[in-house]
Amino acid sequence: MNENLPSEPSFYEEKGRYRGILSWLMSTDHKRIGIMYLAALLIFFAVGVTLGLLIRLSLLSPGLILSAQRYDEAFTVHGIIQIFLFIIPGLPVAFGNFFLPILIGARDVAFPKINRLSWWLYLTGAFIVILSLAIKGHPPDTGWTFYAPYSVKSQANISLAVFGVFVLGFSSILTGINFVTTIHRLRAPGMTWFRMPLFVWTLYATGWVQMLATPVLAITLVFIILGRFFGVGFFDASKGGDPILYEHLFWIYSHPAVYIMVLPAMGVISEIMPVFSRRSIFGYHAMAFSALGIASVGYLVWGHHMFTSGMSDTARIIFSFITFLVAVPSGIKVFNWIATLYKGSIEVDSPLLFALSFIFLFSVGGLSGLIIGALATNLHLHGTYFIVGHFHYVVFGGAGFSMLAALHYWFPKMFGKMYREKPAKLGWLILFIGFNVTYFSMFVLGFQGMPRRYFDYPPQYFTGHLISTIGSWFLAAGLIIIFANLIKSLFTGAKAPDNPWGGQTLEWQIPSPPPTENFREIPVITERPYRFGRK
Amino acid sequence: MGKMFNTISGKQIDSQGKKIGMWFFLYTEILFFGGMFLLYSVFRSKYPMDFHFAATEESIVLGSINTAILLTSSFFIALSISAIKRGEKRLSSCLQLATMVLGFAFLVIKYFEWNAKIMKGIYPDSAVLLQKSKGTILFFGLYYVMTGIHGLHVLIGIIVISFMLYWTVKEKVTRANYARLENTGLYWHFVDIVWIYLFPLFYLIT
Repeated sequence: MNENLPSEPSFYEEKGRYRGILSWLMSTDHKRIGIMYLAALLIFFAVGVTLGLLIRLSLLSPGLILSAQRYDEAFTVHGIIQIFLFIIPGLPVAFGNFFLPILIGARDVAFPKINRLSWWLYLTGAFIVILSLAIKGHPPDTGWTFYAPYSVKSQANISLAVFGVFVLGFSSILTGINFVTTIHRLRAPGMTWFRMPLFVWTLYATGWVQMLATPVLAITLVFIILGRFFGVGFFDASKGGDPILYEHLFWIYSHPAVYIMVLPAMGVISEIMPVFSRRSIFGYHAMAFSALGIASVGYLVWGHHMFTSGMSDTARIIFSFITFLVAVPSGIKVFNWIATLYKGSIEVDSPLLFALSFIFLFSVGGLSGLIIGALATNLHLHGTYFIVGHFHYVVFGGAGFSMLAALHYWFPKMFGKMYREKPAKLGWLILFIGFNVTYFSMFVLGFQGMPRRYFDYPPQYFTGHLISTIGSWFLAAGLIIIFANLIKSLFTGAKAPDNPWGGQTLEWQIPSPPPTENFREIPVITERPYRFGRK
Repeated sequence: MGKMFNTISGKQIDSQGKKIGMWFFLYTEILFFGGMFLLYSVFRSKYPMDFHFAATEESIVLGSINTAILLTSSFFIALSISAIKRGEKRLSSCLQLATMVLGFAFLVIKYFEWNAKIMKGIYPDSAVLLQKSKGTILFFGLYYVMTGIHGLHVLIGIIVISFMLYWTVKEKVTRANYARLENTGLYWHFVDIVWIYLFPLFYLIT
C-alpha cells in the first residue's frame, strides 16, 4: 500500500524544539502523548492494585492492619484511582491516542495542541487528587461515588479530590471532542465509515459518550464544592434540597462512564479476534452499529443504580427494561467474536488469550449485571459484594483484561521490541485463576448477604473472604509476571518486525515503532479491513 | 513539531474541522448547564408558589436591560465576523471591542443586582435566607449558582474576545483565517442563549 523505506527514523528519534523530558511533555505527537498516558495509567494502576490488596488483606482480620477510618479511606482512594485515573481514561488516551490516527491513515489527531492540553489537564487532575491524600486532614472517605449528603458534610479533603476529578473530566471531554472530530475530518482517502477498523468505531461511540455524559458529572461535582464552601443546599433536605437528585445526576454520568471503559475494550477485542483466527470479523456492520447502540441506550439506564433509593415503580420498571435492552448489543458482540473464531486458523498467542478471557469474564460480568438489573433480585443483592463482584468482572475482567490484550497486541508496534511469549502466557494463566478466585467468591459472599464497603463482618463470611484474599495474591503474582516480562522486553527484547501477527489494518503496514509522521504518503484505502484469506 | 499542525492530511487549515470541534464543545456546555436546569425544573415543580413569590425580589428592569445588552453584544460579534470576512480589520476590531464593553456592562449590572441582595442578607446559607421557606432557599441558591456560572462564562468570553482582538490587530485573524473568531462568536451566542433562558426563569415567572 505505502512503501516506507527502512531508513526513516522512528518517532522516538524525532528531534524537536525541546530536549530531554520536555521533548515529551511539550510534544503534540499523538504517539508520544499516548506513550506518556500509558506510563501514567500503569503507575496509577499499580497504586490502585496495591490498595486493593491492602483492602483484601485487612478483611482477613479487620482492625489488625487498617482502622475502620483508614479502611474507608483505602477503598475510596482505591476506587478514585482505579476509576478516574486508570480505567476511564484507559484505552482511549493510551491506545486511542497512539493508534486512532494511524488506523484511519492520518498524521495526527484533529487538534494536536488540544490533545496536549488534555494530557496536561490529566496530569493536573491527578496531581490534585494525590494532593488530597497528602495534605493535612483525612484522605477522602466517601467511596468513589461521593454520595451526598455525606460528601458535603465529611471532614475529609473531599473538595480537593472532587476538584481533581472535575479537572480529569475536562481532560476526558477534550479527548472525546478531539477523537470524534478526527474521525469525521481526517480519514484517509477511501477510508469510508464502513472501512474503518472496529476499534475506531468504538472510539467514535466512546467519544460521544465522553462529550455528552462527562459535563453532567462536572456540574454535579461543582454542586458538591458549592455545598461545602457556600452552604448551597441542593442535596440538603433541611434546605429543601434532595440527596436523591445527587444520585441521579451522578449516575447520569457514571453509568455511561462504564461504557467509556468498556466500549474501546470491545474495539480492541474486535481487532484481535480476526488477526489471530485469520478470518474476517463476523458481522462487521452489526459490530459497528452495536457499538453505537450500546453508547446511546447505555445513556438511559442510570436509574438501575438506584432501585432501592426511592423511585416510582413505573420508573423502576422502565429502567429495568432498558437495562435488559442494553445487554442485546453486547450479546451481539459476544456472538460475533465467537463466530469469528469458527473455522478460523487459530493462533493461540498471548493477545488472543487475553481477548478470549475478556469474552469469558465480560460475559460473566454482563450476565450477573442482568441479575441485578432485574427488580426482584436487585432488592436482595443491592449494596452487597455481589455488586462488587459484578463490577470487577465487567471493569477489570472486561476493560482491564482488554487493556492487557491491547498491550500485548500492540507492544511490538509501540516499542519496536518483542516480548517473550512463555512468561506472558504463564502470567496470564495465574492472573486468570487469581482473578476468578478473588471475584467469584464475592458473588457468593454477596448472595449470602455480605454488604459492600463494610469494615467488619460476622464469622460466617470468613471463609468467603479468606478465599477471595488468597485469590488476590495470585492475581497480583500474575500481574507482576506480566509486567516484569514486558518491562524486561523493553530493554532486552528482540527487534520487532513491522507485522509480527500478520495483521491487515494500517498500523501493521508501517515500521515498528512508527515514524513521526506515521505515513510517508497518506494511503488510499480501497477495501474493508480484516481481509484474511479472501482476495 | 509545530509544523505538523499545518500539514495535517496535506491541508493548510481545516476550518470546517475547527468549527465541528467547537460545536461539539458547545454540546458539552449544554449538558453542563443542563444539570442546573434539571435541578431548577425539579425544585420549581416541587415548590411552585415559593418560586413565584421569591421571583418578585428580582428587578425586572435590570434584568431586561441586561437582556438587551447581551443581545446587542451578540449582534456586534456577529457583525465583527462579517467585517473580517470582507477584510475590514478596523471595523471588526471596533465591533469586538464593543462586544467586550457590553459584556463588561452586563457583569457590572449583575454585580449591583447581587450586591443589593447580599445587602439584604439574601445569599446561600445566610441567617435571613434560612428563615424563609424551603422553596425560597432553593430559588436563591439556584439564582446565585446559575447566574454565577453564567457570569463566569461571560467573563471567560470577554477574555477570549480580548485575545481575538489582539490577533485581529496583529493580523493573525484575517479574511483568510478567521475560524477562531467565528468559534468565539459561536461561544458568545451560546452564552447569550443561556441568558435568554435564565431571564424568564428567574425574573418573569412571578
